[in-house]
Amino acid sequence: MHLTRPAWRRRLSGLHKKTAPKGGFSLSLAPEPGGGTRLTLAGRLDLGGLEDLKNDLTGVWGQVERQRLVVDLGGVVYLDSAGALALAGLETEAQARGVELVYQGLGPAAQGIKGLLDLEGLKKPPLIPAVRSGGFLDQVGEAWLATIKDVYLVISFLGEFLAACGRAILHPKLLRLGEVLLYMEQVGVNGLPIVGLISFLLGLIMAFMSSLQLQPFGANIYVANLVALAMVKELGPIMTAVLVAGRSGSAFAAEIGTMKVNEEVDALVVMGYDPLVFLALPKVLAAVLTVPLLTLFADLLAIAGGLVVGVTGMGLTAGSYIDQTIKSLNSQDILTSMLKAATFALLIAGIGCQRGFMVRGGAQAVGSATTSAVVSAMFLIIVADSIYAVVLHYAG
Amino acid sequence: MAPAAAKGQPVIVVDGLSAGYGGEVILKDVSFTVARGEILVIVGGSGCGKSTLLKHMIGLHPPMAGRVLIDGVDIGRAQDADLVRVHQGIGVLFQSGALFGSLSLVDNVALPLIDFTHLPKALALDLARVKLGMVGLAGYENHLPSEVSGGMKKRAGLARAMALDPAVLFFDEPSAGLDPVTSAELDQLILRINAGLGTSMVIVSHELASIFSIAHRVVMLDKAEKGVIAMGDPRDLSQNSQDPRVRGFFHRQPPA
Repeated sequence: MHLTRPAWRRRLSGLHKKTAPKGGFSLSLAPEPGGGTRLTLAGRLDLGGLEDLKNDLTGVWGQVERQRLVVDLGGVVYLDSAGALALAGLETEAQARGVELVYQGLGPAAQGIKGLLDLEGLKKPPLIPAVRSGGFLDQVGEAWLATIKDVYLVISFLGEFLAACGRAILHPKLLRLGEVLLYMEQVGVNGLPIVGLISFLLGLIMAFMSSLQLQPFGANIYVANLVALAMVKELGPIMTAVLVAGRSGSAFAAEIGTMKVNEEVDALVVMGYDPLVFLALPKVLAAVLTVPLLTLFADLLAIAGGLVVGVTGMGLTAGSYIDQTIKSLNSQDILTSMLKAATFALLIAGIGCQRGFMVRGGAQAVGSATTSAVVSAMFLIIVADSIYAVVLHYAG
Repeated sequence: MAPAAAKGQPVIVVDGLSAGYGGEVILKDVSFTVARGEILVIVGGSGCGKSTLLKHMIGLHPPMAGRVLIDGVDIGRAQDADLVRVHQGIGVLFQSGALFGSLSLVDNVALPLIDFTHLPKALALDLARVKLGMVGLAGYENHLPSEVSGGMKKRAGLARAMALDPAVLFFDEPSAGLDPVTSAELDQLILRINAGLGTSMVIVSHELASIFSIAHRVVMLDKAEKGVIAMGDPRDLSQNSQDPRVRGFFHRQPPA
């Protein structure tokens, strides 16, 4: 019996879903003179033909006579690990069926490759399961545990950070002033264009939308009050904080996280530095110093945006708009705005650094730390803002 | 997969390669070939351009002048289909393994098998497990790279580099950071793969013991010379070379 491969394949395996590239091997079966069956393989037993080869070899078993199979590899010109895998499968099957399997024409190279395969190891079960998460309840439980652990870690970071601040106050030399200035530039100066643009447009939009409501009542001039109060009391600090969280909070987490991965943080520890003083303090200090100024800048540009609408769209003079703005604000509003901004800055920079220090592993951990830094910062900003709203209402 | 070609025919031709970064020349007019089935080790002192040479040979950086041909394709200038074909025909083991941190070891190895072949997924995963077994990592298939040691990462990186049974394997300092036993095991593995699969190998290394045990031929680079100062059998070079720099390297003698 001699079958060329295509005919053989049609008989054996029926439809193939994927059109595999032509694996250049041929397979034939013949009775062995000494008893048994001779399987002759020739050509290339490689990755491209692995699927066909495995399918074809499965069909061989029905034709084996007298429990003896002689595999002749004399015509094989190329055998790679995929081919060796197919042969290994043949051996396992032969053992299971009690068929005696004999190789012929197994060259030294092919023997070498077969020797590379760790067949015993293949039967080993994985040391850990592929799917690690359990059912729904498990996941809810794990999520809660993770949240509780996270809160605990943030609180302990806060404690360590305060201790680091204390050390820096007692020994001002520990604080690296050059770094503080560098981060002030990164957080503040480099943030000016985007904070300015967004605030200006926000002022413009607010003035335009409110003018539509106020114009029918002839209350045009109160657009100035609305823009000024809304921006200074609420939106200025919030918008600036959101932008700083996106720009700088994420950068802090990524920077410290990458240093953690590269063992730079460990290097600092063994060199006798306190990583919190060395890495976190300059960032937090720079943020706390610059974000209030950035907020002030945001307030000013929003008022300028409102002014543009007031003058061009509502027939107000620049003088009267500015006059009305100044009348609507008092110094306490502006101070509160800056105090809020400083609080937000503390939270953003603090959580950014904390997330960075929590990084374990590699690139992916840095990515999730960065995301988490921004999300947590936004959450904390809103919580702090709510607290301010309540406290200022009852205190003021 | 290697085209069935005669052993001894060059698989890589480095022709008048000049390389460097930002206008600074690190290698000038370097030429050599790698024969099919050969293990070539690139050696030299720190900063002599070994890694630069390797990065140019795998096409990560375009050369300043000259060219690198892999199977006849100029890897610095090849486009689209040609480049993809060449890249699938080579495997690279980076210094620290360069495994993808979000994928388990078996998924790291199976990635090229699933994407670049027509194998069904189950068979690709089987083959990936075989490759992990080849490097002695049977059982570690579901571990993430962050959960295994440095030496294991390196071996898993080798399994991934070998996934498609490439004709050429490149190694960037395979023994760096490994203990002597693991390092010797890796050398054995390199020799067995070379003997079994006929894979050509280009290895950057400065582990003398490893060089003597695996290299068919070494190419020695020198920082001041900005190029090749010696080429040949390492045992022959260490005993017979007249060049004090070459002798110094192989006998661990600092220049007087």
